[in-house]
Amino acid sequence: MMEPGLYHLLFISAALFFIGVYGFLTRRNLITMLMSIELILNSVNLNFIAFNKYLWPGKMDGLFFTLFIIAIAAAEAAVAIAIIINLYRSHQSIDVENAEELKY
Amino acid sequence: MPNSTAIALIPLLPLAGFLLLGLAGRKYLKNSSGIIGTALLLASTVLALYTAYEYFFVYGRVNGVYQQFVPLEITWLEFSKGVSINISLIIDPISVMMLVVVTFVSLMVHVYSLGYMKGEERFPTYYSFLGLFTFSMLGLVLSGNIFQIYIFWELVGVSSFLLIGYYYDKPSAVAACKKAFIVTRFADLGFLIGILILSYSAGTLDFPTLIQRLTSPGSDEIKTAVTYSFLGISALSWGAMLVFIGGAGKSAMFPLHIWLPDAMEGPTPVSALIHAATMVVAGVYLVARLFPVFALTTPAVLEIIGWVGAVSAIIAAVIACTQTDIKRVLAYSTMSQIGYMMFALGVSSYGGGGESGYTASLFHLFTHAMFKALLFLGAGAVIHFVHSNEMKDMGGLRKYLPITHITFLIACLAIAGIPPFAGFFSKEAILLAAHENNKAIYWIALITSGLTAFYMFRLYFTIFWNKPHVIHGEKHGEGGWAMMLPLVLLAVGAAAAGFIPFGEFVSPDGKPIESKFHLGFSVAPVALGVGGIIAALWLYKKQSDKSTKLAASLGRLYKAAYHKFYIDEIYLFITRKVLFNLVGRPAAWFDRHVVDGLVNLAGNTTQAVSEGIKKVQSGKVQQYAIYFLAGVILLAVLVIYGWK
Amino acid sequence: MITGSTIIFYLLASLTLTCGFLSVTTRQIFRAAIYLLFSLIGIAGLYFWLQYEFIAAVQVVVYVGGIVVLIIFSIFLTQQAGEKLAKQKPGRKIFSALAVFCGFALTMIQVYQHTFYETSETPLPTTVFNIGKKMMNVNEEGYALPFEVISMLLLAAMIGCIVIALRSKPETK
Repeated sequence: MMEPGLYHLLFISAALFFIGVYGFLTRRNLITMLMSIELILNSVNLNFIAFNKYLWPGKMDGLFFTLFIIAIAAAEAAVAIAIIINLYRSHQSIDVENAEELKY
Repeated sequence: MPNSTAIALIPLLPLAGFLLLGLAGRKYLKNSSGIIGTALLLASTVLALYTAYEYFFVYGRVNGVYQQFVPLEITWLEFSKGVSINISLIIDPISVMMLVVVTFVSLMVHVYSLGYMKGEERFPTYYSFLGLFTFSMLGLVLSGNIFQIYIFWELVGVSSFLLIGYYYDKPSAVAACKKAFIVTRFADLGFLIGILILSYSAGTLDFPTLIQRLTSPGSDEIKTAVTYSFLGISALSWGAMLVFIGGAGKSAMFPLHIWLPDAMEGPTPVSALIHAATMVVAGVYLVARLFPVFALTTPAVLEIIGWVGAVSAIIAAVIACTQTDIKRVLAYSTMSQIGYMMFALGVSSYGGGGESGYTASLFHLFTHAMFKALLFLGAGAVIHFVHSNEMKDMGGLRKYLPITHITFLIACLAIAGIPPFAGFFSKEAILLAAHENNKAIYWIALITSGLTAFYMFRLYFTIFWNKPHVIHGEKHGEGGWAMMLPLVLLAVGAAAAGFIPFGEFVSPDGKPIESKFHLGFSVAPVALGVGGIIAALWLYKKQSDKSTKLAASLGRLYKAAYHKFYIDEIYLFITRKVLFNLVGRPAAWFDRHVVDGLVNLAGNTTQAVSEGIKKVQSGKVQQYAIYFLAGVILLAVLVIYGWK
Repeated sequence: MITGSTIIFYLLASLTLTCGFLSVTTRQIFRAAIYLLFSLIGIAGLYFWLQYEFIAAVQVVVYVGGIVVLIIFSIFLTQQAGEKLAKQKPGRKIFSALAVFCGFALTMIQVYQHTFYETSETPLPTTVFNIGKKMMNVNEEGYALPFEVISMLLLAAMIGCIVIALRSKPETK
């Protein structure tokens, strides 16, 4: 086992990101897709923090990016859930396969 | 000097009538529209007579020569400096004479229509159309340039179309107005091209300048124009010929005459005004207006005009002998008389003593307007009385229609050329001119004049003598004063117009020419005329089967004439069989298969492609995400490994 | 040499990745939410391990206390009890897995081929005091403007949520 460093964090971040992408692509339930998006956002946050810690410890840019992304993620989750619940009202389902009116 | 306001008002008053009655007539002026139209035209007529008096007797003649005046000239369309289309009025002997003829005949018809058209549903519309026609015709005769004459020429065609189709619920009237419009349009196409050639060659549209430039042998315009030629004929000759084709279409010259008999579907006063006295002589007027060009620059075309006129005259006269619809007889008679005017122009020449034909032609135009309008109005009275156009429904009407009878007889004598009625003098002058210049045409004209007397008196005897008339239903009179007054006035004109010394006033170059008159020369035509009358008397005075026997003995010839020499059928054959099959069908096939095919190909290709690619827009979010991810990875690979 | 710090790191990392993976694969939606919760807690732990305590606290408060609770509420509103999630087509699963693996491989190859130069500048302690001073600073190296922008965004999101929730009202009338 090695001393954990930047590469380990980047590995975790990338793995989490692609787990999120996999979930986004394979889930049919909109709420679980939203969860996958949260995972993706978190992987990005982790990335920012890791770079901030190991490459530019004298600055706080990555930290602030993470803060703002968390704020945006909160807003996004609220709006997304409002939309999902509205969709559930009109379709009686939140299966993404059933909500495909927006096409040709 | 000419009073330009008065002259401009002559055409503008009928235009005002047209606008007023056309816009407000049917709603507000239901009963007074006839009076309004007539009153406006009366004012116009008075102004025309005043202008004529002033021109001929006060200021027109300078040093014994009638001058040409342009009292009004407005730049209408200025394309650039020096290139513009003007609106101008021209005053010279023929336009002044035409003003008098048009306003007088039109006034008579307006008055007559007060009685004849009474009770019509669209009475105000009728009067507004009459106003439009009178305006257009007056504009045409006053036009100072060749483009303006074309505008009014087409306006005349439109108003003729409207009036022929006045009874638009009658299918035959609708067909007739379409036919008249299409045939004259066809001729007008030639006219337009002719105008373009002539005005291009001359570099101007104005008549005085155009004539001056195209007739002086040494001018630059002539020198350039003769260098162009097409099919071995010079451009100028083509231009003159095409202009004449326009005139021939309007004047119902053979072979473009087929619309005129059908045009009789219109109300009878309209036939009297448009298809006898005024519009149909527009072609003669046009040739007379451009006469110096025809005579000096393109004498060959003038000769063609002469022959076309002569052929039209005799063919129409032969056909007129066989028709049974009285208005059609009069229509063919009109065509025959216009043929006279045309060949009189054709045999004439400019200067050098040969200009008597020109004067004779316009003299005949003048007298013909009188007696032919009278004949039509008389025929209108007869039709009004018996409610039919067919000869077989008539006979013995002289007791019931005494005034119509007398005036109709005067008109028949006039057209037959019996002295001392008007037709005698003008026809004599024409025959004399033909005799001097072209013997062949002279003989044709002589035969035609005999035929004219025969068919006119055939008409006269069948209507007023022959079998006794059986009154169906209620008996009514001849119609009120409104219908009788024009008949009497025109009868006076038909009887007395011949004594006007016409050569004094109208000649190609404005100089008065001496009216030649030989008593000895008149013997042959008068004798032929009397012979025609006697033949008609013998055949038609009493009801008998002599005429049918004669027709049977003539066999083929009679049948051919009865069917108008199958000219309509030839046209139908050419258009239906030849043009439709050889041009129309291939063009339609090409359009349907090639042009439409290309359009459809473009449309179908687009549709097929979009059918294929629209599947991408599936509405499935995850598919979009997959495309997006695949695209990002692909781009990343490309940028990282391909960007060296 | 294995220190306690290293062991904690690997424990946190495995917690995060395992829970994340389970969160996107389990067929029971409520369990998925709970796995997500633990995955997020693992990330918060990593922030602690990196000595970014403030961010770790925010992570716990906003994600664990806010978003996950929101998600669980929405699950209660839309899901029937005991219902399993619909299965995805196997073709889609295989394709997604392949694409994801390729993407991951590509990323890691890039990461390991790249040399990061670690700087020797003195680290700035990420205390709340320092963060607050930077965030409210309107001069250079200050974050007042993005802060304002984010606040506007939050306001807009709030109004948007209200509008979306209101939409059904006219229909009931």
